[in-house]
Amino acid sequence: MSIDIETARKVAHLARIKVEDDRLPELAENFNAILGFIEQLNEVDVDGVEPMTSVTPMRLKRREDVVTDGGMPEKILSNAPDAREGFFAVPKVVE
Amino acid sequence: MTELNKLTIADARDALRKGDVTSAEITEACLTEIEGAGALGAFVHNTPELAREQAKAADARIQAGDAPDMCGIPLGIKDLFCTKGVPSQAASKILDGFKPEYESTVSQNLLDAGTVMLGKLNMDEFAMGSSNETSVYGNAVNPWKVDDRDLTPGGSSGGSASAVAADLCLAATGTDTGGSIRQPAAFTGITGIKPTYGRCSRWGIVAFASSLDQAGPMTKSVRDAAIMLEAMCGHDMKDSTSADIPVPNFEAMLTGDIKGKKIGIPKEYHMEGIPAEIEKLWADGADMLRDAGAEIVDISLPHTKYALPAYYVIAPAEASSNLARYDGVKYGHRAKLEAGDGIDEMYAKTRAEGFGAEVQRRVMVGTYVLSAGFYDAYYNRARRVRALIKKDFDDVFAAGVDAILTPATPSAAFGLGEMKDADPVKMYLNDVFTVTVNLAGLPGISIPAGLDAQGLPLGLQLIGRPWEEGDLLNIAHEVEARAGFVAKPSKWW
Repeated sequence: MSIDIETARKVAHLARIKVEDDRLPELAENFNAILGFIEQLNEVDVDGVEPMTSVTPMRLKRREDVVTDGGMPEKILSNAPDAREGFFAVPKVVE
Repeated sequence: MTELNKLTIADARDALRKGDVTSAEITEACLTEIEGAGALGAFVHNTPELAREQAKAADARIQAGDAPDMCGIPLGIKDLFCTKGVPSQAASKILDGFKPEYESTVSQNLLDAGTVMLGKLNMDEFAMGSSNETSVYGNAVNPWKVDDRDLTPGGSSGGSASAVAADLCLAATGTDTGGSIRQPAAFTGITGIKPTYGRCSRWGIVAFASSLDQAGPMTKSVRDAAIMLEAMCGHDMKDSTSADIPVPNFEAMLTGDIKGKKIGIPKEYHMEGIPAEIEKLWADGADMLRDAGAEIVDISLPHTKYALPAYYVIAPAEASSNLARYDGVKYGHRAKLEAGDGIDEMYAKTRAEGFGAEVQRRVMVGTYVLSAGFYDAYYNRARRVRALIKKDFDDVFAAGVDAILTPATPSAAFGLGEMKDADPVKMYLNDVFTVTVNLAGLPGISIPAGLDAQGLPLGLQLIGRPWEEGDLLNIAHEVEARAGFVAKPSKWW
């Protein structure tokens, strides 16, 4: 598997990271080095092996389905780069 | 009493209880040292006023006779832990200015035990790195030196390691996703333990790879690691993977008796290119345990070779998902936008400006391995291999092995900047002995055990059975006693 510049551009877009065109070849090269390393996993016989979901076998705890926290909009917004009238503010989304 | 900053936790505890010294005095000694240690780049946000207040409260508590072991002990806290009202930015530009409204469970547990926070410690950005060179604050520097070069303290908990080794604090918190406590501990001649996955709550610790991340103490001795680990652990409803099992008194388990313990030496860890002096240190460690009455057995962990490649699928995959929250909306940095830029440009520009090169690389690798068409080939295959790696350990423990002895790192500390032009995979090899432990969720401890020919510290790693940190610490304590590592870096900073 080899990653070309177009794939690198697509991955950068999926990750929502702006990458200038002149940096794409280097990025593709980095990906290929890492993926080349990962390719070794194809040597392993994994037939019949379930993908691990939890490293320590335990049941997730249950609790009553009730509100345990909330009612603190000021705290939630206190670190926002732009907050107005009790909301997070972002550039216009709808045309 | 002079040089109070050089005390161990155990000695400070005893002196505090006897009334020989106050927490205020120890705290002041640490604050003075920190002030003079800017060249180490270890502390990145200092909280002297808070520390003095907490020390005063601790002294009152000790006088009232209500003093848990950690009461009055001044600590450094890795920048990855959210600390209420104090900058917590995971050494990333994208969390610039972030002051949490809440306290992480582990740091809260420590505060409840009466500890004093001196400030926040340097690290690799989002804990991604093995040399503390990806930090927005600049490099942390190893207090150990052999020539003109500045050496890395390791990473990602590089600031924690540097601060403890240089006696800027009595101990520090670290976190370990692939070796980030144990590798820096080995590079700086201190002790660091990553407990079993689930021992320490992850709540309020900035997430890197949630199925691998664990917090742990970085200390000047095994006894200190036992004392501090106990204070950090405990069940927490706010972390669904936190284990609801009792936390033992780890210090009381340091009995000095390891007769009949079976210690495994995995043949797959004899890797090509490992320096002879590390092989020798490893053999010496086995001899020490044999002398202490343990039985040394050869074991096999056949899937060891695949641990790093599996890790470099799973960790970036989880990171790409966890780091999706940094979008310039809720906290931290937001890029300046051009007229006409919409929300997508805001995300992409913010993340390009806010994340460093290594973080961007890992987020994109993670995005790729999780993307349609590759999920099975990469991500699911890596999770299958992970299951096999864990089974390797399960089989060995089922055969009666109590702990496994390995080197902690494939080299001593290297020079800052020396790996700059290397391909990223080369840096990843630093974690070759430690990463298996995270994949299998096991406890692992790094203990300083000797110096290399240049005079730099080298560490040994012991890997234990799940939840048996007490037994692991007891075995580590024997290695510590027999290795008799007392060397300290000479002060140049």
